[in-house]
Amino acid sequence: MTPREQWIAYATIVLKEITRFMRIWQQTLVPPAISTLLYFVIFGNLIGKRIGQMDGFDYMDFLVPGLILMAVINASYQNVVGSFFGAKWGKSLEELLVSPTPNSVILLAYVTGGVARGLLVGLIVTGISLLFTDLNVFSIVMLTSVAILTAILFALAGFINAIFAKTFDDVTMVPTFVLLPLTYLGGVFYSIHLLGDFWQQLSKANPILYMVNAFRYGFLGISDVSLSISFAMIGSFIVCFFALSLYLLTHSKRLRA
Amino acid sequence: MKFALKTTQLSKTYGNGVTALQGVDLAVPQGDFYALLGPNGAGKSTVISVLGSLVIKTSGRVEVFGVDIDNNFPQAKSFLGVVPQEFNFNIFETPLQIVRNQAGYYGIDRRTALARTEKYLTLLGLWKKRNDQAGQLSGGMKRRLMIARALVHEPRLLILDEPTAGVDIEIRRSMWDFLREINRSGTTIILTTHYLEEAEHLCRNIGIIDSGKLVENTSMRELLRQLHLETYVLDLERPLATIPVALDEAARLIDPTTLEIDIKKEEHLNDFYRLLSDNDIRVNSMRNKANRLEELFISRVGPSSVEGK
Repeated sequence: MTPREQWIAYATIVLKEITRFMRIWQQTLVPPAISTLLYFVIFGNLIGKRIGQMDGFDYMDFLVPGLILMAVINASYQNVVGSFFGAKWGKSLEELLVSPTPNSVILLAYVTGGVARGLLVGLIVTGISLLFTDLNVFSIVMLTSVAILTAILFALAGFINAIFAKTFDDVTMVPTFVLLPLTYLGGVFYSIHLLGDFWQQLSKANPILYMVNAFRYGFLGISDVSLSISFAMIGSFIVCFFALSLYLLTHSKRLRA
Repeated sequence: MKFALKTTQLSKTYGNGVTALQGVDLAVPQGDFYALLGPNGAGKSTVISVLGSLVIKTSGRVEVFGVDIDNNFPQAKSFLGVVPQEFNFNIFETPLQIVRNQAGYYGIDRRTALARTEKYLTLLGLWKKRNDQAGQLSGGMKRRLMIARALVHEPRLLILDEPTAGVDIEIRRSMWDFLREINRSGTTIILTTHYLEEAEHLCRNIGIIDSGKLVENTSMRELLRQLHLETYVLDLERPLATIPVALDEAARLIDPTTLEIDIKKEEHLNDFYRLLSDNDIRVNSMRNKANRLEELFISRVGPSSVEGK
């Protein structure tokens, strides 16, 4: 395929992915908006008032970046895992596999679809947060770069999950038993300075902590961890996950017997 | 001779140890209408899946219009249109989306993709259904949708795996006409089917696969020439008590008004009619007991193979 033909194939898959999640907006865009609204009301507004300040900021202001990024993570992950596994399960993935579209283009397009949904959900949640607090942006470059890179990373993770998954249970298992605990323990709701030494060190093994803190830095200008380590960690995961996804797409017996 | 498809010693053993193909040498000339027959589980779909990259071959060589899939699989795939046996489209999408997107996967720009989508959906009688959910279409429409999808990038080689399975006779006949037309316009077609009548009507050359091996690869005419015996069923005007001695060897009385006769290749129907007339047996109608190709097929793969798989 010529580069132009590859671009057309890429754009076709991306457009199909965006059309898919927009067609079922009640399932893809509304639930994260509602759950985040509840987080803001309960944790931010009701409980947050009693907590007072966290790292020198109102608890609501501290909470907002983590909740936005949590929504981005879930949306980008779920878009790819749901769409790719659905295509594999329903066999419509064969449409793509029999075509000359290179595997790298297929992967990039699915990841772009996941990033698109992740960022759209992020924007919706950001809009909802404005009902509760005035958002101050410390660094827009930091905000957008961390949001995009995190969405890419979790779209890739969703892709890997989709390739390995044999049933719909396998699709929900990772978000429930891995993603959710890591997100909750990744500094979304608290600063790790509140923890003892041991738990602080343990928390630093959680990659989501770095993403949440880098993203929070974009809003508030504070972070529990080094920003360069954050970017290095996100970048490393992206490179590893991309290589693994591409390898699986080419060689996995789950896709080609 | 130039070949659309050539496989050399193509073999496939699945991870569970099942050997689906054992050194298949297949050569389909350009422009041919080729039938690939075999009992269930013989390996036909595995050949097709190898071509579509859904199954990775264990060994052997595959060339599509001279392009070795090991050297340039994307180019080889761009020559192919595949209509699989099972429905494999997103049932929530519309025929318009399915066919147009497929064109996109082959790098066809959106304007051309739309024009071709309209062309093929119209040719296959689906244009009015273009905005319906694909899952809501009838079985015949779904089959035609998959053909439209396979044709949208105008492949040089169209592979159809049981394209008329579950389709009523009227639609099947119209699909035959359509496929003949596609073939006449220069597209090579490989067809697998369980309807042997379909293969006999449409195809010029034929390959029979059994237990992963190609047991026959010849022209349809040559294969039918090998038919030694044909059985006809005669509906008699009046009941018959016993078979006349002159017909005894070749005839069987199924019921008082139904007679079966075996005609050997070197014998003539006129002689039998004369014998029937001499014995005052009047025939209302006559038909072949089985499709001619069916007889040959069973002789090649064996009845146990057909029943057992």
